[in-house]
Amino acid sequence: MQFALLIYESPEAFAARNADEKDPYLGAWRAYYKALVEANVYVGGNPLQPPETGTTVRLKDGKRRVQDGPFADAKEQLGGFTILELPSLDAALEWAARCPAASIGAVEVRPVSPEYLCRVTGVNQLG
Amino acid sequence: MKMSGNELESTDRSAHRTIERVARESYGRLVAYLSAHTRDVGSAEDALSDALVKALTAWPRDGVPENPEAWLMTTARHSIIDHVRHQQVAEASEPTLALLREDSKEPNMTLRTEFPDERLKLLFVCAHPAIDPAMHTPLMLQTVLGLDAVRIAHAFLISPTTMGQRLVRAKTKIRDGGIRFEIPQERELPERLDAVLEAIYAAFGIGWDDMAGVDQRGRDLAEEAIWLARVLLLLMPQEAEVHGLLALMLHCEARRPARRDPDGRYVPLSEQDPKRWSKPLIEEAEQHLAEASNRGRAGRFQLEAAIQSVHAERARSGGIQWNAIMMFYEQLIRISPTLGTRTGYAAAVAEAKGAEAGLAALAGIDMEAVSAYQPYWAVRAHLFQRLGKTSEAAAAFDRAIGLTEDSAVRQFLLQRRG
Repeated sequence: MQFALLIYESPEAFAARNADEKDPYLGAWRAYYKALVEANVYVGGNPLQPPETGTTVRLKDGKRRVQDGPFADAKEQLGGFTILELPSLDAALEWAARCPAASIGAVEVRPVSPEYLCRVTGVNQLG
Repeated sequence: MKMSGNELESTDRSAHRTIERVARESYGRLVAYLSAHTRDVGSAEDALSDALVKALTAWPRDGVPENPEAWLMTTARHSIIDHVRHQQVAEASEPTLALLREDSKEPNMTLRTEFPDERLKLLFVCAHPAIDPAMHTPLMLQTVLGLDAVRIAHAFLISPTTMGQRLVRAKTKIRDGGIRFEIPQERELPERLDAVLEAIYAAFGIGWDDMAGVDQRGRDLAEEAIWLARVLLLLMPQEAEVHGLLALMLHCEARRPARRDPDGRYVPLSEQDPKRWSKPLIEEAEQHLAEASNRGRAGRFQLEAAIQSVHAERARSGGIQWNAIMMFYEQLIRISPTLGTRTGYAAAVAEAKGAEAGLAALAGIDMEAVSAYQPYWAVRAHLFQRLGKTSEAAAAFDRAIGLTEDSAVRQFLLQRRG
C-alpha cells in the first residue's frame, strides 16, 4: 500500500532551508531520504515553497476569488510530502517517527486511495 | 460528631489519596481475581472503574473502609452481577453464571480480607500464544497496571483509536476463545514464561546498551516494566530468568541520568560518567543477577544482564572487559540469534579484537534484514571511521541518521559523521 507523509513545518524550519551545507536539519533530511531509498520504500515526493508563496483560488457564485497564501492560520504549515510503499500503517508510522520534521514539526500519515483514483481515471491500477 | 470545613477537606483529600494508592497497587489484583472467574477482562475492568467512581463519593462521605481492596472487590462484583441480572438471564454466559453461584456461596465477601492473587494467571493469559504477540505488552499494561489506551498508544506508536480497538479485540478473544486462566503445565512453562518476559521487556524499550542508541520509544514505560517484573518476581521467586530480566532492566535504568549531558546532548555508554550512574540500582541489579546464577539455569535475560554488569564494572575498575562481553554475546547468539544480539556481538568483537574483526562479524548479517535497523548502521559507521575509511563511514552514518527517531541521537551521529 502507498502512504503519504504530509510534512508540517514551523517558520523556523522553512527559514533553515537557506542555511549552509552544515545545517543539521538539512543533513538529517539527506540521511532520511537515503535511508528511504535504500530500504526500497520511497515512491516519490517533493518539498513545497513556503506558505506565503501560495495562492488560493475558489469560485463563489460564479465569481473568482483569489487570495494570497493558504487559509490555515496554524503555526505549522504544509512544507512537503513523501509517498512511501509499505505493508501497513504501523510501518508507515515507524518511518514517520524517523522523519526529521517529526521532532520539530508534525508528520501526518494518510493512506493513498487507489480505489478513488480508479473511479476518477477509469483505469484499474490495482491490477 | 461535626467536622469543620478544614477537617472535611482533609478527609476528602486523604480519601482521594487512598483511592489513588489502592487503584495503583490493587488494580491488577482485582482485575485478575474478577476475570479469573468470568474470563471476561473487559467487564472486570468496567466493573472496577464503576467501583472506583463509587469510592470517590462514598469514601470521603463515610470514611475509608477498613479494607479498601475488599470494599472495591465487593462493589465491583455486585456491579457485574447487577449487569447480568439486567440482561436476560438466559443470555448470560456460563462463566458469569458461575460467578453468580460463587457469590451466593460467599455472602460475606465484605468480611473477607484476603483473596487469592490471580495476577500470574492474568500475565500468562495476556501473553498467551493465541493472542497476537504485538498485543501481549499492551494487554499487560492495561489489565495488570491499569494504564489507559491513549498512553499505551503513544508508547507503541499506534493511533489511540486503533490501540483501543486492538485491546477490545484481544479481550474478546480471551473471553470467547476458550483461553483458560491457569498457570501453564511444567512442560510448557519455559516457553510460556518466555512470552511473559518478552512482553515485559518490550515495555522497557530496547537498545540501552547500544553505542549509538536505538529506538527509545519504550522509555516512557520503563518504570511500568520494572513494576511488572517485580510483580512477576513476587509470584515466581524461583525462576532464574525473572531475576535476570529484573537485573537487566535495573542495570539499564541505573544509567538513565548519565545518558544526556547537562545540555541535553546524547552521551553514548562508553563515554558516560560512571559517577552519574545510580549505585543503589546497580547494587540491586547485581543481587538479582547473583540470585539468578545460584539457580544454575542460564538464559537470555541473565546473559544480557551479565553484559550490562560488565559495563557497570567500569565504575569500579575504570576499564571494560571486552573479552567477557564477547563471550556472553557468543552464548547469547546460540540462544537468541536476533539482529540486536548479532550487532552487539560485532561491536564487542571490534573492541576486543579490532575494527576489522568487528566488520567481519557484521558482514555475516543478512543485508536485507538490516535495511531499516539503525544499530547495525551506527556500529558499521563507527568501525569504518576507526579504520579511516571516510566515504564508507559517511554512507553508513547517513543510513543510521536516516533511521534514527530520537533527535538527540540524530544530532550526535551528525556530529560524529563530520
